[in-house]
Amino acid sequence: MLDLVWLIPALPLAGFLVLMALGRRLGEPRAGWIATALCGGSFVATVIVWAGLLGESEEQRSFVQTLFSWIPVGDLQVDIGFLVDPLSITMALFVTGVGALIHLYAIGYMHADRDFTKFFVYLNLFVFSMLMLVLGSNMLVTFIGWEGVGACSYFLISFWFTDEANASAGKKAFVTNRIGDWGFLLAIFLAFASLGTIDYDGVNAGVGALPAVTASAIGLLLFVGAVGKSAQIPLYIWLPDAMAGPTPVSALIHAATMVTGGVYLMTRVNPILAAGYGWVPDVIAWVGVLTALVAATIAVAQNDIKKVLAYSTVSQLGYMFLAVGVGAYVAAVFHMVTHAFFKALLFLGAGSVIHGMHDEQDMRRMGGLRRYMPITCVTFIVGWLCISGVPPFSGFFSKDEILLYAWGSGGTQGKALWAIGLVTALLTAFYMSRQVFLVFFGEPRWKDDHALVGADGSLPAGVTDEDAETSGGAARGEEAATATDATSAAAAHAADDHLEPHESPWQMTLPLVVLAVLAATAELLNLPFNPNLHVLQHWLEPVVGANEAHIDVTTGTKVALGVIATIAAAGGIFGAWLVYLRHRLRAIEPAVLAHAWYYDESVTRFVGGPGTRGFAAVAWFDAHVIDGAVNGVATLVRTSGRGLRTVQTGFVRSYALGISAGVVVVLGYFLTRLYF
Amino acid sequence: MIAALEVTPAWYLVLGALLFSIGAFGLLVRRNPLVMFMCVELMLNAVTLTFVTFSRMLQDTGGQSTVVFVLVVAAAEVVVGLAIIVALLRRRPHATADDAALLEG
Repeated sequence: MLDLVWLIPALPLAGFLVLMALGRRLGEPRAGWIATALCGGSFVATVIVWAGLLGESEEQRSFVQTLFSWIPVGDLQVDIGFLVDPLSITMALFVTGVGALIHLYAIGYMHADRDFTKFFVYLNLFVFSMLMLVLGSNMLVTFIGWEGVGACSYFLISFWFTDEANASAGKKAFVTNRIGDWGFLLAIFLAFASLGTIDYDGVNAGVGALPAVTASAIGLLLFVGAVGKSAQIPLYIWLPDAMAGPTPVSALIHAATMVTGGVYLMTRVNPILAAGYGWVPDVIAWVGVLTALVAATIAVAQNDIKKVLAYSTVSQLGYMFLAVGVGAYVAAVFHMVTHAFFKALLFLGAGSVIHGMHDEQDMRRMGGLRRYMPITCVTFIVGWLCISGVPPFSGFFSKDEILLYAWGSGGTQGKALWAIGLVTALLTAFYMSRQVFLVFFGEPRWKDDHALVGADGSLPAGVTDEDAETSGGAARGEEAATATDATSAAAAHAADDHLEPHESPWQMTLPLVVLAVLAATAELLNLPFNPNLHVLQHWLEPVVGANEAHIDVTTGTKVALGVIATIAAAGGIFGAWLVYLRHRLRAIEPAVLAHAWYYDESVTRFVGGPGTRGFAAVAWFDAHVIDGAVNGVATLVRTSGRGLRTVQTGFVRSYALGISAGVVVVLGYFLTRLYF
Repeated sequence: MIAALEVTPAWYLVLGALLFSIGAFGLLVRRNPLVMFMCVELMLNAVTLTFVTFSRMLQDTGGQSTVVFVLVVAAAEVVVGLAIIVALLRRRPHATADDAALLEG
């Protein structure tokens, strides 16, 4: 059954090719159904391979299928091959499973879009690339997938490219990812130069014999790649902007699958991290935990429903890198799986809300939606409880496991990592509750065309103080002056019943329900209470077992940590309830957080100012020194040619004279050689 | 007196050198294309004579077989060269080699 592994990526590839050729003729919705069916078929194939893998004994659970030799050049032997082991199959299962659900969802979401078929072409290509990334048996095949998902991400972020902002968001993602790809490529080169192979089996087996400095360099360069793809500090800026793409894309690529590629890569090469210096994992842990904290603070002050989730994704990915850094690979994969479920659920829920609200994304214009979109609301609440870390939902167990390992990694550093992670957990609960309260609870605010500022100059009931603050006091005066106009306009809009939110079609709600069930039950993968319940840990043992951290923490401490985390989650939810539902407290949403710590602006300023000057200098160097050298050679050739041309007189006898003179000179040379 | 003179290979070498020099000199000083062409042929034949002489001196047939090749190439060369000269003189009956100087650099 393991031989069927080639089917897993082949089916989405077939879907891509079929839709490329026949997509326009098939049209809506058949193209969508074909794409969904092939992605679902890929999921079935994965399940079959998984069953085959379960049938093997634990030591035998690593299987490489080589399709063909791709680059046989001297010592460099690169095959197109697939590596089947517990880690890659775990990834492939949720990539294809969640992918199929999101395909189904997209049939509803992309309804009546001009480029309906093109969307599914890209989506299938993405799934294919992601599976190449996951299943590749060597770094280069993974890199193909890595670049493939990057390209698909670019296509899909700027899917509605007629809008300038979407197009530049796509470019931003692409360019930022290139920086990471640079690191990944160098790591591949270095691995080949030092080990003579880029197969994961060979690298992971041979890296132990390398000097620590080489192993550290390979590990850190791979981490640079992971930082780019998984949106960590300092390269996280592309992910929030990537929300310009259609919501199914945000759910599939920018929450569930592609962005976890970096975590997957670090887990895959865990022997490299183990062979390097001890501070390499520390760097990863600190980058992860700081990303988690910074992104969570930013998410607190965002008003776009998808931006909140985007920063939340960055933050959760930070947790996963924290787990990788402290050697908790199982926890990283566990959180990756649960996150894939609940974050895909949240994104799809947000998409359902946006769909139902007729493309409204500002949470300040929502509110009270639970009455209009019951299924979306209930499933979203499940996702909210998961991500907030409320027991017994999955997020609590996976996040808590990471925090536990951070604590258990020992020393002041471990405590510090744990403390920052805990603060992040509190913030997570807070901003997610804020979102749920603003969107689904409170008073409906969409009917009022001036929901941000009341038509009569006063704040409407459901709008909190900070909303007025952000829209500015000056605007309020203006609004009051034109109160009559505004009132009539609002009335006109209220009468216009197409603004009424509505529940989404079944293609959209079915994936929500399935994902909600999965998110609510994913903790069964790795329950902490009894060693027999560590299913995921046993399953991943052959891949990460050798380098998994072993922590020495008493049961009492574990329980205490769990209780503290629960209190933090409850505190965050309670705080949000006070602020956004009861309006007992003023919301703290300073501009610095709304502007994401001005990091984006700083990058823009830097690139616009010194950066541009720097690149202008480089351009000058290129134009004058590099091109100058090239042009100089050309000029030299041209002038000397012009000089030599005069020798060519066209008189045959002068050529003959030249030849004769040459003969005399050569003869003279040899004669002198002979006699002197 | 004459019969007493023994013809040594050196004579042939001297003859070859003389013929070559006459050819080279003629090539340099004459402007009639046909005469220049004959001078070239003279030089060519001087060289073949030298080949044969050395072949005889060194008891090596390589030189003689080279001569056969040279004769074949010379025949071909004569065909092409004469064709060019005839074509040139047909257009301009009194043309000299210096008149055909269009290919100057």
